[in-house]
Amino acid sequence: MHISEGVLTAPVLIGGAVLTAVGTTVGLKKLDYDRIMTVSLLSAAFFVASLIHVPVGPGSVHLLLGGLLGLLLGWGAFPAIVVALLLQAVFFQYGGIVVLGVNGFNIGGPAVLCGLSLRPLLKGSKKQGMTAGFLAGCCSMLLSALLMAGALFFSDQGFLHAAVILLTSHLPVMLIEGLITMFVVGFLARVQPEILSLDTRK
Amino acid sequence: MIEEPFATGTTLFHSRDARVKLIPAVAITLILALTSSFLVAGTGCILTGLLLILSRPSPRLILRRICRVNIFTLFLWLTLPLTYGGDTILPFLFLDLSLDGIRMATLITLKTNGILFSFLALLATSTLASLGHGLEKLGMPRKLTFLLLFSYRQLFVIHQEYLRLQRAARLRGFIPANSLHTYRTYSHLFAMTLVKSWNRAERVHQAMVLRGFNGTLIPLNQPQLSKNDYLFLTTILLISFFLATIPFFC
Repeated sequence: MHISEGVLTAPVLIGGAVLTAVGTTVGLKKLDYDRIMTVSLLSAAFFVASLIHVPVGPGSVHLLLGGLLGLLLGWGAFPAIVVALLLQAVFFQYGGIVVLGVNGFNIGGPAVLCGLSLRPLLKGSKKQGMTAGFLAGCCSMLLSALLMAGALFFSDQGFLHAAVILLTSHLPVMLIEGLITMFVVGFLARVQPEILSLDTRK
Repeated sequence: MIEEPFATGTTLFHSRDARVKLIPAVAITLILALTSSFLVAGTGCILTGLLLILSRPSPRLILRRICRVNIFTLFLWLTLPLTYGGDTILPFLFLDLSLDGIRMATLITLKTNGILFSFLALLATSTLASLGHGLEKLGMPRKLTFLLLFSYRQLFVIHQEYLRLQRAARLRGFIPANSLHTYRTYSHLFAMTLVKSWNRAERVHQAMVLRGFNGTLIPLNQPQLSKNDYLFLTTILLISFFLATIPFFC
């Protein structure tokens, strides 16, 4: 899901950096010091999710769970994702500092969008909650893959085919993300429902 | 599994303040990321490679890291020569390779690795804690610094927690496969990790409030910039300046 440093051109890098800066600022503004601890922990959990490899076909994929973070944190997911990506850059050198803006927006943007639009469903029945989970996981992954392909294409139109291959390879992952997010939401609703109403809690 | 293998050492890179490494790291990354000149990318790759050698990392670990990061570059090498298009076509066995595609893949490989080398030499030689405090002193919002440092602190705990649950599942005969049962099990493992993290966050928050936490984290050592730090900063910035001005001389 990460685009490496050195691949994208200046306009895409600047665009991503500006959008991520705006998203992070809004996210931070909505965070008070009482909730910051929880967001840090969820950000660390999001980092750990990327180390979980789930079998798909003959290979395996690692989880992303941006949709889940969006559902749980709303705007707060933006800074949480940026921090997790920065941690990945420092620990594993995936992504980097300059490309952090683009990567942050590719994952954070869809996470916040899906989280905010599907969050009302969480208050409904268990079935509605799980549907919200599935859709959040699926749609945020799809949008992230589309944004990643778009970032490559707008950097250099010769990347078109490579971007299409990347996008197609993410389609099965989308389904897995949807399923996992759905089961996680179902589990949380049964075990610790307070987590699901984190964003609205005072 | 999660560790900072390059952060400990005695070289001149390890003993520098995080701030004097962050500034030139960003400068070099920007120059290499934005260039479209082979000369700048190639020279950058060599110079940052030298910096990396000077930081004396373990060769086996560094090679493994470089290979892992280059998976994306490998993907570009497999796709761009075949799909990039352009006027010049190079016949190779039964394939038609695009010369522009090969050129693009080479340029990206040089840029990506140059940036990677500078990152490994300059930033991976500091712990995340000192980078976090360095970033705050350079103007990163305090809340974001707090998020970064606290996530870093809890990362290892949460990962251990997850591994423990995974081990327990394995002991009960769980074998991952392509099935709904596997996905449900992984989801429940992760969800349980979330529940435990959430409860831990509550406890830690209460404990910190009890000790008078007001939103600032105070590092144990607050180093002052020394003469050597300034010398280091100037040298690496001069290297960056040299890289940035190459196109004006050629």
